[in-house]
Amino acid sequence: MKLEFDIASGDFSKAGRASSRIKKMLKQLQVDPKVIKRIVVAIYEAEVNVVAHSVGGKMLAEIDGTGITVIVQDNGPGIEDIEKAMQEGYSTATKAVRNMGFGAGMGLPNINRNTDEFTIESELGVGTVLTFRNNF
Amino acid sequence: MKVVEKYHAITVDTDKCTGCTHCMKSCPTEAIRIRGGVAKINADRCVDCGNCLRACPVDAFYVEHDSLEQLNKYKYRVVLFPSVMIGQFPETYTEGKIYEALLKLGFTHIFEVEQPIGLLIDEIKQEVKESSHKPMISSFCPAIVRLIQSRYPSLVENIVPVKAPHDLAACHAIELLAKEGAKREEIGTFYVSPCSAKMAAVKRPMGEEVSAVDGLIKMSDLYNHIMRVIEKEEKTDTAPLRKNLTLDGILWSLPRGEARHFKRNSMAVDGIHNVVKILERMENDEVPELDFLELKSCHQGCAGGILLTGNRFLTVERLQKRSKRYPHASSIDISAVSCLGIKDKMKAEPIEPRYVFALDTDRLKALDKMQKVERILCQLPGIDCGGCGAPNCHALAEDMVQGKAKMTDCVFLQNRYLNENKITIEKATKNLEKAWGKNRFDADCNRRGGRNEGF
Repeated sequence: MKLEFDIASGDFSKAGRASSRIKKMLKQLQVDPKVIKRIVVAIYEAEVNVVAHSVGGKMLAEIDGTGITVIVQDNGPGIEDIEKAMQEGYSTATKAVRNMGFGAGMGLPNINRNTDEFTIESELGVGTVLTFRNNF
Repeated sequence: MKVVEKYHAITVDTDKCTGCTHCMKSCPTEAIRIRGGVAKINADRCVDCGNCLRACPVDAFYVEHDSLEQLNKYKYRVVLFPSVMIGQFPETYTEGKIYEALLKLGFTHIFEVEQPIGLLIDEIKQEVKESSHKPMISSFCPAIVRLIQSRYPSLVENIVPVKAPHDLAACHAIELLAKEGAKREEIGTFYVSPCSAKMAAVKRPMGEEVSAVDGLIKMSDLYNHIMRVIEKEEKTDTAPLRKNLTLDGILWSLPRGEARHFKRNSMAVDGIHNVVKILERMENDEVPELDFLELKSCHQGCAGGILLTGNRFLTVERLQKRSKRYPHASSIDISAVSCLGIKDKMKAEPIEPRYVFALDTDRLKALDKMQKVERILCQLPGIDCGGCGAPNCHALAEDMVQGKAKMTDCVFLQNRYLNENKITIEKATKNLEKAWGKNRFDADCNRRGGRNEGF
């Protein structure tokens, strides 16, 4: 089962749509609540990342019998130093974003922690692609 | 996993029900369908919140209960009622007069269920302190507990595993009477319920096998009985019967009544649809760090209970005023009220999740069904009219993949199929009758449906 969500830049009010839709579906599949919780946290963080840091992008999710694979791709600006971005507490978020309660520098580490497989690719000026998977 | 008996308190009176869909649309768990012209409740999904009773324009829902005649079976007749009952009466009826009326109706002992609340507060605080699942969610409202079991299984471990006040009060009452030499079989404990959820909780307690409550009385019934016998003047002093009542007990079932004991590290939400929104967020770890979350299915807590007669805001007002005349729970010596013996009865069994919303126990089959639902939804009009006998298009699509409904159940699709000569008029009429029964669309002045307030 394939799902696609557009994620607009700067629209924090809509961050969470993909994660709550996917959550409802996984519940209907009777996936272990603990597994659901991890994947929902990861997806929500990824959504917020695209909203807060990118010029916009989309999320593709594929649910199969054994797990869920999520690809999040944005259209830039790309991450300058991935290693730093993966450190807890490191953030390039603007003050405005931080004031909204986001940008604490926990996003990517949190995604990494809550997924079974995780890869990140980024090219400056082009965009960032996250791919992660959780097994049921 | 333990098999929980499927019991729910609410039943449909098929003679009264006109199949008007109001209940179906107000049900938070989409447990109702219209079949054969009347509402049908799916027992697996029903959480007994009572929203259907509220929505029904013809009083077609009823809850199983006992009559006051049951009192005759016992020597010691104990009435256990939540404090909100006092709040629903106009202020001219003093609590003394109400107590007198209860004695007049044949009860020998009167207990407001929140009397041993001090014990419960301590126990909940202890549970919250020891738990690693924060925030802990109150187990006070049975509709909320059932909602979490079925729709938010990941949060069952957050529910505080303590018994309900009515069970504690029943144990407390039995113990006190036993000290006076009463045998258990001579004691009849009658709980006066403010709502359908509490009635179901007595019939099917959360973890323990049987409730200590022997009989169930609808608060609306008792209200009528009391009004029939209540005196203009207070004759005897019944105040000693209320000596263990506290401010905290009286406020317990109102919004923030529980949460206030956790001060700022708590939040209180009332109204089941509001609760759903908070639980969704809690599942995503989107609620702030809190110790305690009080969730109540009815607006204004039990003051808004479906079986109360008075206006919920006036009820809250009276109870808040009333509470100020009573001491704080902490100032009452618990050993003095001799309910230490119930201390070991505080804990309820852990609450198990119930996966009633899964499409299939086989994951691959569930996935297949889910894909089908998505495809079916493309065909349905998205008007959520309820004309098919399901609350919305999505629910109809789910019914279809479960083999409980067909494409032609949608009245709009049916019209299209008729135009395209894909089905006959006879078939279409039969389809409508499946949901709505025969003669449902004959003229009948009693079936006017509802209207918005103020019209």
